This record gives sequence, structure tokens and C-alpha cells, in this order.
Amino acid sequence: MINLALLILFLPLLSFALQIFFGRRFEDKKGEWVSVGIQFTTLIMSLAMFVMMISRNDPNFSLEMQKSWLDLGVFKIDLGVYIDNVTIIMLNVVALISSLVHLYSTAYMAGDVRYSRYFGFLGIFTFSMNGIVLSNSLFMIYMFWELVGLSSYLLIGHWWEKKSAADAAKKAFITNRVGDIGMFMGMMIIATVLGTFNFQLIADRILDGTWASNAGMLFGGIDPHKLLTIAGVLVFMGAVGKSAQFPLHVWLPDAMEGPTPVSALIHAATMVAAGVYLTVRIFPFLTADAMATIAFIGGFTALYAATIAITQNDIKKVLAYSTVSQLGYMVMALGTGAYVAGFFHLVTHAMFKGALFLASGSVIHAMHHSLHKLDDHQTDPQDMRNMGGLKAKMPITFGVFMVTTAAISGIPLFSGFLSKDAILAGTWTYAANVHDGWLANLHMAWILPVFGFGAAAITAFYMFRLIFMTFYGEAKKPDIFKHIHESPKVMTVPLVILAILSTFIVFTLPSVNPISDHGWFTEVVQSPETAVTTGAAFDLEHFEHGMHEAHVPAMVTSLIVAGLGILLSVLVYLLNKISAENLATKLGALYRGSLNKWYMDEFYINGIIRPFLKGCDAVGRFDLEFYDHYLINGWGRNTKRTSRGVGFADDLIVDGAVNFSGIIFQWLGWTLKFIQTGKIQNYLIFVLIGAAVLFAVNVY
Amino acid sequence: MENHLLSIVTFLPVLGALAIILVPKEKLDIIRWGAAAITGIQLIFAIWILSVFDFASGDVQLVEHFAWIPAFNIEYFLGIDGLSAPMVLLTALLSFLAVFSSWNIDKAHKGYFALFLLLDAGMMGVFTSLDFFLFYIFWEVMLLPMYFLIGIWGGPQREYAAIKFFLYTLFGSVLLLLGMLALYFLSEPHTFNMLILAEQSAQFGQAILLGMNAGKVIFILLFVGFAIKVPIFPFHTWLPLAHVEAPTAISVILAGVLLKMGTYGFLRISWPVLKEATLWFALPLAILGLINIIYGAMAALAQRDLKKMVAYSSVSHMGFVLLGMAALTPAGMNGAVFQMFNHGTISAMLFMLVGVVYDRAHHRDIEGFGGLAKVVPVYAGVTALAFFAGLGLPGFSGFISEALTLIGAFPVFTWITIFATVGIVLNAGYFLWAYQRVFMGELNSKYEKLEDINGRELFALIPLAIITFFLGVYPTPMLNLMSTTLNQLVEVVKSAGMAAGL
Repeated sequence: MINLALLILFLPLLSFALQIFFGRRFEDKKGEWVSVGIQFTTLIMSLAMFVMMISRNDPNFSLEMQKSWLDLGVFKIDLGVYIDNVTIIMLNVVALISSLVHLYSTAYMAGDVRYSRYFGFLGIFTFSMNGIVLSNSLFMIYMFWELVGLSSYLLIGHWWEKKSAADAAKKAFITNRVGDIGMFMGMMIIATVLGTFNFQLIADRILDGTWASNAGMLFGGIDPHKLLTIAGVLVFMGAVGKSAQFPLHVWLPDAMEGPTPVSALIHAATMVAAGVYLTVRIFPFLTADAMATIAFIGGFTALYAATIAITQNDIKKVLAYSTVSQLGYMVMALGTGAYVAGFFHLVTHAMFKGALFLASGSVIHAMHHSLHKLDDHQTDPQDMRNMGGLKAKMPITFGVFMVTTAAISGIPLFSGFLSKDAILAGTWTYAANVHDGWLANLHMAWILPVFGFGAAAITAFYMFRLIFMTFYGEAKKPDIFKHIHESPKVMTVPLVILAILSTFIVFTLPSVNPISDHGWFTEVVQSPETAVTTGAAFDLEHFEHGMHEAHVPAMVTSLIVAGLGILLSVLVYLLNKISAENLATKLGALYRGSLNKWYMDEFYINGIIRPFLKGCDAVGRFDLEFYDHYLINGWGRNTKRTSRGVGFADDLIVDGAVNFSGIIFQWLGWTLKFIQTGKIQNYLIFVLIGAAVLFAVNVY
Repeated sequence: MENHLLSIVTFLPVLGALAIILVPKEKLDIIRWGAAAITGIQLIFAIWILSVFDFASGDVQLVEHFAWIPAFNIEYFLGIDGLSAPMVLLTALLSFLAVFSSWNIDKAHKGYFALFLLLDAGMMGVFTSLDFFLFYIFWEVMLLPMYFLIGIWGGPQREYAAIKFFLYTLFGSVLLLLGMLALYFLSEPHTFNMLILAEQSAQFGQAILLGMNAGKVIFILLFVGFAIKVPIFPFHTWLPLAHVEAPTAISVILAGVLLKMGTYGFLRISWPVLKEATLWFALPLAILGLINIIYGAMAALAQRDLKKMVAYSSVSHMGFVLLGMAALTPAGMNGAVFQMFNHGTISAMLFMLVGVVYDRAHHRDIEGFGGLAKVVPVYAGVTALAFFAGLGLPGFSGFISEALTLIGAFPVFTWITIFATVGIVLNAGYFLWAYQRVFMGELNSKYEKLEDINGRELFALIPLAIITFFLGVYPTPMLNLMSTTLNQLVEVVKSAGMAAGL
């Protein structure tokens, strides 16, 4: 099993190496199929592990293997693989989406300038992602965490000739690093207190009281429980960056500059879910306060991103904000303690969102070809205002869009309904039962269901808006419409597979009840025991019972709000009973705020980045003026300059001091130059002089 | 021969320099290849040294110990331990590779390579000496060739840069000399032997000098001498100028080896000899480390000259060394010395790469390029690799050493370390921003015919890239080499502190 996992891990790295070193030579010779083949091989291996897991049917199954990697005697870091059912499911998700995206890309990226390199980068991404999934320790996850950041950078910037793409790549990497330093600090706290990075050992040592007895050594005797909260939230900051949670979500919409299959694989289905996966891994040692923070950030993000998605016109941007919103759902679920629901949504979302992105890619591909035929380089192929009526021309893409939109909107018979319902039931239960954590202490726990149901309504609205604008109504640009064709089979087959995987039955088996809250998934994935002994938000049994109770009311409510969202969408965008323009003018500031993403980018640029770069410039000039000082004026005019520079003295204290000593030591230097020849005799004389000085000092 | 490995590795370049002086100056190829051969043989000896080095022992090895000037108890005392062994390897490696970066030196080749080899000998001597007096001589021997190498073969403002470097370093040397003499006269019997000085550590902590604690006074004297080399804020301002003006190979040596002599000096002399003062000054040192990290990175973000940016990145990266050293924990200490080695290989790559584009475009203005990846894909790829190594990406050695220094410093200097992590973001900032402006975007039409990196340049870069990558994936060999000695060092300094009630 471990060997199989290691093969799954390293085969994509082989694909990377092959494409980077030899890919160019085989670009016209179907070299990309080597990568596709490798990826499908890992899929088969992953499926084998999946089948074993189902036949084992043991929710507590786990395997661990580790090797010493860095050993300083007293300090060591091990690297290792940890496999449980969550790992296996995640490996399957990654392998599946990655394989389908590889296949799809052979058509979508055909003729690209850096075709072989693109497949190479997909390889290193898949490798790094599998690394995250298989990691048994925080340190190892951090390493692969940065490596997915690298692959994301490379793939977002794939078309780096475009400034916007290069900008987006850089923004993604740096924004993620901001989250990562939080994660790193959290790791340092844990390693300092417990002496390990290993997930299992961390949980064990918190349980056995090591944490409580050691924590005081940091921050001058801090309360251990508080420190655990801080550590948990800090590690979670990594997830805030990677899973694009507020306030570090800003990189993800820009990341849509990358090729669309990349958006599907990395920025929808897998990498952005890594943050959720990390939260799953650290779940056992989250305190009630940490969980409340996580739930709040997730819930807020879910609603916040949904409000932006409403007004976007770029088809990929709508999906990007919807991804941010759905990731918020998952994070919120984990924060409320609905562990299974959160991870379940990660899996269902990977399927339907992967499909949505690939389907939007299919639309963009068609638009692109049509524009190419018309020799039109002005029109934006991603702008939904240039589409309309595509249903007739692209039936398969349309069908897939319908199925997956139903799934994301939480309509029964589709997978999203099951997982979203579970999350909403979780928030419901949390609000009703929670008795610890700051949300409960402030009596604000009810805000989570508000976030959840609110986002559900808006999601249904904007997703159907997307469908209506793209596939229904009149073709808005008839000449473009004329040349639209359905995409080739290598693109539509992955779409159809993912659409099938977005139906309820895939997840409820062996049950065939479309509203069942039990299936193979809940059989093999179960919430882990918490390691936090004091102040748990609620006891697990109580919670599971509450989940069951909340299942039906939450379901009914979610159906009602989703129905309202869809209804409004139908009225505005399908039947045109309500004019969107009128609505926009009436809502004025709200509309503009949503359209401009609530000005978060502006805030970062004007409020943080620009002032900071100005500060850097000041630092740079501070250093440079000093050189000018020397270079322009030379040694002889130093004195003059210094007297004139008295006014600058405040800014230039350090410079001044060095300049001053410069003058003295210029003189000294000239004197000493004759001594400092490297000749031993001279040194000896110096020794004698020095000795005399010291004797003199000692005597008097 | 095995008994004299260290003498051989140290003085071989001196013989080489003499030999090169004898070659007629028209025979350019003999001069160049001669220098390559000498440094190549030196590298082989350095590897030989590592092969006979006992990794399990933390004590000095391959010792050569003779009386030299008995009247003053000055000894010819060479030996290496886990602290100096990586530096010996680094010096030999970078000297060899830098010869190939010196290929397009366009005047007075004989003088250049002779001085280059003399510089090499000086650096090697610093890392192999265990007698403070001998150490000091090598320290000064290295200074003069450096002065001329910058002042004669440098860029447009080479003379100012050279004088500035010289004066700065001289200032430090004077204080270093005073500190050395103070130790000499306070030791009983008077000695320059570093090992004996270290044994008498407690004595220095109690003696009085100039009405103050002798240990602290001497620590400060040595500190300034070493800090200028590192360079530690506020003694860093010679560095960007010297780097910008120095020819590529000299920048490589400067960043790769010379800066390490400062931190090496701390660990070789200040730490073991002045244990109590070290503990006493640990906090200010950590704060200076933090300033180096943040200030260097911020200044790097402000630069438009690519070489200056890399120079400031050195200031930032050396800050991690300082932080790790000051923490006096095994992780911090090993991280610091590992970072010294890694910064050596990574900054050498960075300076070589800057040299490559400068040789072709004749400028280094970051804003003056654009889209170069289109015409020079191999160069763009290697630069990307070096930049990602520089910004501490896992998989490259720099990540491990930076992470170790931070993890090691965290329990001791919690808040300082928290602020230092910001450096991780800033490092990513200036490297990626510079990369974007030079290589991405529309191709600047001026550079449509830019030549890609050539075989000779790649030859110098690839070994460094391989080492950086190998140690990033598998750091154990290097850490095994150093950890025994460094753990011992941490142990003795801490127990001395405990004995003194610190």
C-alpha cells in the first residue's frame, strides 16, 4: 500500500522531468501522451487503493511510514507517508481530475507555444499535490505546500507575455506566502512546545498533557489553551492563503489568467482545496476558539464571495468567486465541527467545479475558434455578454453545465445537494448546541447559518444567471455564434465523466435514496477524536445526533432559499420580467461595490503595497544617498557636504556616523597603509606597539 | 602527504600565483587554464580532506602544529573541524568555478589571476588557521588582492569602491587586532592558540580591561571587525558598491566566501573564547540579525540595478545566519552554518547569472529589459531556478537552513523570530518582481538578438545548481559534517553561561 502510494506520488514527477528535459523534441511526436499515460496509470493505482478501502470498510484504518530526513542529534525532522481513508479519497480526487485535465488539455492546449512545458508543469503540480495529501507531518506538508505554490505560479504565468498573467502569477505566490508565514509560525510554536511536527504525535502529546506542561515556556508563561488556539489559527492561516479565504482570497480570481484546464485542476478542484485538507489534518487539535474563528472566516468568505459573483461578466470570474465561496463552505463546516460534511463537500465540489471549469473552457475554446475565424482580436471570448443561445450549438457542454449547476446550487438528485445540506445542517446544529468558543460567548453562533443559507440562495441565483446568459436567449453576437462548434471528444468525454460523478448516487451507494445522509462516504470517513481535552465546543455524540435532527429542517430551508434564488434568476435573465439594468441602478452603491469586488484589491494596493514600496524606496535611498555622498563629492569635499547635511542629520544618522569615521579613517588608513603590507616584520612592530599601549593601559 | 593536507590546500594557490607570474603574458590560455588547474587541484584536495575527515568527532582534525615565532609563542597551527570543513569545501569550489567566470577579463590577465590565487590562499588560510595570529595574517593577506581586483578590474567607479572596501575592512582589522592583542595579554601564558584561549574563556569573563569587563570589551572589538565582513547593519554599506563595481568572479567570491569569514570569525573565536560575553550579547545580535533580514530585503525591493538587488539580498540572507547563531540552540546553530554554505552556493549562482546578462546587454537596469525569456530560454530557466533557490523554496538547500535558523531561534527570541518570518515574504517579493520585469511581458525589441547562456557559463552554474538541489532534498551529508562540532559549541557556550549564572 505504501509503495503504491509512493508510486502515485513520484510518477508525476517523472512526467515533469521527461517533459522539461525531452519534451521539446517530442512536441510534434505526441510526446504529451507520455504524461497523459503516466497520469492515468496513477489513476488506476489510486482506484485500486479505493477499492481496497471500500472492501475493508474500516473507518479507523491508517498506515504510517517514516524515515529520518534531517537529524542533528537533539533536533530531527522525519519525512513520512500517512494513509487513512481521507488520504485515499483525496488521492483519487487528485488523480481523477488530473488525468481528465491532462486528457482535455491535449486538445485545449494544442498548438500552444510552450506545449510540452505545460504538461511538465502539470506533472510537478500533481506531484506536489500528492505530496500534501500523503504528508504525515506539518513540516512535510509545508514543503509540498510551497511546491504547489511554485507550480501554481508557473501555470498561472504560463502565458507570461501578457502582463496580466505575469502579475497574477506573482500575486498568487506572494499572497500565499503571507498565509504561509502564519502557518510557519504555528509550526514553530507546535515544534517548540511538543518537539514534533508529526500529526499523530501532536495529537497524542496534546492528549497526554505534554502541551499543557510545556506551553508556558513561550511568551512568558502563556495559558496553554490560549497558545493552542493561537497555534491552530496560525496554521490555519496557511489554509486561508491556499484556499483563498477572506482576506487573502484576492489572488484566486486573478489566477484565472492561467489556461482554463489549469483553473479546473488547480484553482477549483484540488490545490485550493489543500487548505481545507490541511484543516482536516489539524482538526483534532483545534480548540473551540480556533474552530469558531475558522467557522466565521469560512462562513463570511462563503457569503462575501457569492455577493461578488453576482455581478461578474467574465464566465471564469463568476466561477472563480463561486470557488472562493464554496471553499468558504468547506472551511465553515470544519469550523462548526461538521468534519465529514466539510470533507464531503471538498470531494463533490472537486467533481462539479472541475466540470464547470472544463465546460467553461469548452465554451471559451469555441468562442476563441470563432473569433479566430473572424480574425477578431478585440472581443473578449470569456465575456458572457458576447455569448447567448449556445445551447443549440454545444449540446454536450450545455448538458454538463446544467447537471453541475444543479449540483452546485444544491438541487436534489445531485451530489452538491448532499454535501451542502450536510454543511447547512452542521451550522444549524452548531448554532443550537455550541457552548464554547468566542462565537458562542458573544451569542453570535446564529450568524453561521445566516452566512450559509444566504450564500446558498445567492449561489443558485448567479449560477443560473450564468447558464441563462451563456446558453439561453438570443445569440448576442450572431456572427460569432455562426462559427461556434461543440468541442472535440477528448474535451467532452472528461466533461461527461465529471457530470456523471456529480449525481447523488455516486456518493449515496449502497443507498439509492437521493436525500439520504448515509452512504459509503459516511461509512469510511468519520470525525476523528479531538485531542483538546478542555473546553471542547460540544461533545461529538451530541453533535452527531443534532446533525441528524437538523437534516430535514436544514434541507427544506436550503431548498426554499435555492428555489428563490433560481426563481429570481429566471425572472431576470430568462424571462426578462425584471430588468437587470434597472436593478443595478436601483441598488447603486451595492452594485458598484459587488462589481468592484468590494474594493479589496484597491485597498491592498493603495493601503498596503504602495506605502510599503514607498518605505522600501526610502530605505533604498537612505542607503544610496550615502554612496552619492562618497561618489559625487569625493573624500576631499566630505566636510563641506557634512555641514550642509546637518539638516538631513535626522534621516541620516547612520550615514553621518559612517561618514565621520570615514574622514578619520581616511587619515588613519593613509597612515596605516604603510604598516598593513602583510609583511611579518611590520606586524611584529605593530604587535610591539600594541603591547606597549596595552601595558600602558594596564599600568595606569 | 596526508599529514599536510591543510598546508597543501592553503598554499597551493600561492605556488600557483608564483607560477603564473613566470608565464609570459601573451600566453593567455596557459594563464587561464593554469589558474583553473590550480584551483581544480585545490578542489580535489578539499574533497580529499572531507574523505579523511571523521564526521563523528567534533574536535579539530588534520592538525599541523609547530612553533613558529617562539619568542611570542606564535604557532603555525592548522586544523579543521565541522565548522571549518564546509567552509574549506565552499572556498575551493567557488574559487574553481569563479575562474571560469573570469574568462572575459579583458586586461592584465597575469596580474588578475595571480592576485585571484593569492586571494584564494588568504581565504583558505582563514578557514584552516587555529592560531589567532596566523588567522589574522591570512585575514589581511586577503584584503590586498581584493582591493586591487576591484580597483583595477572593476566597473566604472571601481576605485572608489575599492577604497571604500579597503577602508571599511581596515577599520575592522584594526579593532580585530586590538581585540587579538588583548586576548594575548590576558591569557596566561600569553598565547594566540585559539583552543587554549577557548579553555581560558572564564578568565576573560572576569578580567577587567579599560575599567570594564574584558570579555565584553574584547567581544565588541572583535564584533566590529567581523561585523563589517558579514556585513551586519550598520556596517553594510560597502557591500552593494563593492559588488556592483567588482567583476563577476570577484562578486562571486565576495558574496560566496568573504561574507562567511565574518560569521565564521564569530563562531571560531568570539563564541568559544568569549562565552559569557556571547550570551550577554546574544539578544542585541539577534536584533541586528532581524534588522539585516528586513532592512536588506526592503532595500533589495527598492533597487533597479539587478546586481545591487542581489547584493542587498545577501544582507538579508546573512541576517538569518546571525539570528541562528545568536539563538545558541542546535537547530539555530546548524541552520546558521548550513545557511552560510547555502548562501555561498546560491549567491554565487545569482552573481554569475547577473554577470551573464551584463556581458551581453552591458547594463543591469531591471526596468531596461522585458520579455527576455522568449529569446534566452535556457538563461531564463536557470535564473528562475536560482531565484527560487534564493527565495527559499523547499527542494533547495536555502529553505532548510532558513527554516532551521527560524525554528532554532523561535524558543529563544520568540518575537524577533516572528518578525523575521516577514523576510520570507519580502524575499519572494523582490525576486519574483525582478524576474517578472526582466524575463516576462512583451519582449523589449532591443534584445531580439540576445545570445543565450553559453557552455562555459553553464559549466560554472550547473555544479552549484546540483549542490543546491541535492542538499535541498538530502541535507544529511552536510549536516552530519557540521552537527557534532556545532552541537558541542552550543553545549560549551551554554554551560559556561550557566556556570556564570547567566
